[in-house]
Amino acid sequence: MVAAVGSVRRSFAPWNDPASKPFIEFRRVTKRFADFVAVDDLSLVIYEREFFALLGPSGCGKTTLMRMVAGFEEPTEGAVLLDGQDLAGVPPYRRPTNMMFQSYALFPHMSVEQNIAFGLKQDRMPKAEIAARVEEMLNLVKLKPFARRKPHQLSGGQRQRVALARSLAKKPKVLLLDEPLGALDKKLREETQFELIDLQQKLGLTFLIVTHDQEEAMTVADRIAVMDHGRVIQVATPAEIYEQPNSRYVADFIGNINLIEGRVTATAAGATRIEAPDSGAVVEIDQAVEAKLGDQVWFAIRPEKVRISLDAPLSGSPNTLSGEVWDIGYLGDVSIYHVRLANGATITATVTNQTRVVERPITWEDKVWLTWSRDGGVVLAR
Amino acid sequence: MTAAADTATSAPRQRSHPFGWLVVAIPYAWLAVLFLVPFAIVVKISLSTAAIAQPPYTPVIDIFGGIGAITAAVRQFAIDNYVFLTEDSLYWRSYLQSLEIAVVSTFLTLLVGYPVAYGMARSSRAMRPILLMLVILPFWTSFLIRVYAWIGILKKEGLLNQLLLSIGVIHEPLTILNTNLAVYIGIVYSYLPFMVLPLYAALEKLDDTLLEAAQDLGCPPIKAFWKVTFPLSLPGVVAGCFLVFIPVTGEFVIPDLLGGTDTVMIGKTLWNEFFANRDWPLASAVAVVLLILLVVPIVVFQNQERKQQEKEG
Repeated sequence: MVAAVGSVRRSFAPWNDPASKPFIEFRRVTKRFADFVAVDDLSLVIYEREFFALLGPSGCGKTTLMRMVAGFEEPTEGAVLLDGQDLAGVPPYRRPTNMMFQSYALFPHMSVEQNIAFGLKQDRMPKAEIAARVEEMLNLVKLKPFARRKPHQLSGGQRQRVALARSLAKKPKVLLLDEPLGALDKKLREETQFELIDLQQKLGLTFLIVTHDQEEAMTVADRIAVMDHGRVIQVATPAEIYEQPNSRYVADFIGNINLIEGRVTATAAGATRIEAPDSGAVVEIDQAVEAKLGDQVWFAIRPEKVRISLDAPLSGSPNTLSGEVWDIGYLGDVSIYHVRLANGATITATVTNQTRVVERPITWEDKVWLTWSRDGGVVLAR
Repeated sequence: MTAAADTATSAPRQRSHPFGWLVVAIPYAWLAVLFLVPFAIVVKISLSTAAIAQPPYTPVIDIFGGIGAITAAVRQFAIDNYVFLTEDSLYWRSYLQSLEIAVVSTFLTLLVGYPVAYGMARSSRAMRPILLMLVILPFWTSFLIRVYAWIGILKKEGLLNQLLLSIGVIHEPLTILNTNLAVYIGIVYSYLPFMVLPLYAALEKLDDTLLEAAQDLGCPPIKAFWKVTFPLSLPGVVAGCFLVFIPVTGEFVIPDLLGGTDTVMIGKTLWNEFFANRDWPLASAVAVVLLILLVVPIVVFQNQERKQQEKEG
């Protein structure tokens, strides 16, 4: 299933195609609540059939942004457009969007069937059509035997699927998902994430998901917008966000990161040299950086890109640090080594446990050398 | 996973305490002495005959007279009073009019009380305790005096007529006092808190996101009220209606002070029998029949409350 999804998504990149039209567009949107600025002069374009994630910590404005698409908030400044149409003044009950709420918001006095049929009844669909669509939705989320039950007679996972079926029943142009998987346990969450991807591909809809869980965003999304304090810091595919973050904020927010602060001491064609006298690191990378000589920059490298060894590298070679193993985190599939440098800073190196040997060659308080390749990390100017 | 399994595991287990019976016995004794015994006395009097004596009925049971005296008195019991209730049309007309006034008043109180409770539930959190206090505040003053105040407002020379005459809406003073309309006004005014409080309790628990979900699915706000808010507030509506209907059926003060000669409610009839006619046995029979009439709604109400509690528990 994952291979099939991957093959479709590999060729799906409307953001790289200059001819594609924006589907959801935020044009310089600002939202103020009294003194508090929730969204700050934000511009963003989402394309049709994208599974787009708004990712950020609590209070970053992602939920407010989504509610502006749904119609529950109006922008203080700027415009929100859907399929070329400005949504200003259009109330939520007239928008071609549907939302799946974090708390599910199922009507407690109605059965599963009636919940799903609710939106269709508002459109005055003929009874036979409503029945057919409800059946289609029930089969989609595999809840056919529970059709007559009331929400309080269902488990959390089942309620979530009813909420999903209800929000898809009207075949909206955009499905908005507000932290939909937060209440589920880990295993169910993972299963549901893949179900969501499947569903989105099958139905060909545009999904906009709001989440603070970076793993969730990385799993489901075609593109992620990382937000902070009402602004978008970076919009890119999960791979780009992970391997080419544009700032320390993004690098730190997604996954784990090692940051070495230093100054640019040499720039050549396609290569840069950074020296950090504090930690003793000399970094040479095959990346042209916009910073000038002498500028303060940060070298960011992911723990799994750092090699750890008891043997010292050739003396004088760059891209190496030495330290003492301070702590080891054993997670079963990987081991995380926390190495303390001479200046007190810690570098993390993640090693896959490729053999079933329990006795490890590197253990606490060992003196080790950390090395990385010339393209293992990135240099960040902010 | 099924509902049955869920309730089976969550049913409360009865734990027996050594002196548990004592804790329950005290309220039971209270109810027995202050309710059951007086009720038994009323039933006993209803089976007696009126007499010009002190007390004005016979037989009078001498509790110290021994079994013989008691059995002799019991042999004099008769159901003549109950038979009489069916013969004279005054009584069943009173019962009917009481029920009719109670039903109409309950409906009017609901009409007035629902918007009040809705407004309270939708107000900001800071305002809610203040609004609650405003609803309860009238209870701090005497009920009787408040009904008297309505006489002052509704009578021919009263405040309402003065106001309407002065602004020119009417040219002749309205006759409101001593009609059924005044009774309705008085009842709605007095019983409004009993309707508002359960309604407010039900509406306050309502989840706002349900209304957002309804709107998101294409339902304009007014329709969402009827499809989502009102059905979910029904337990509060039912509770409020019963809390008004049951006492209003036997209401005496308001029809007596505000009603006219054609407002014949059972409370007034009972009062007349007791004090004007000094016919204690007949009055007692009226009271017993009234209680029997109200047993059905009271039991239904208790059932509703119990079902509601189980659903929430």
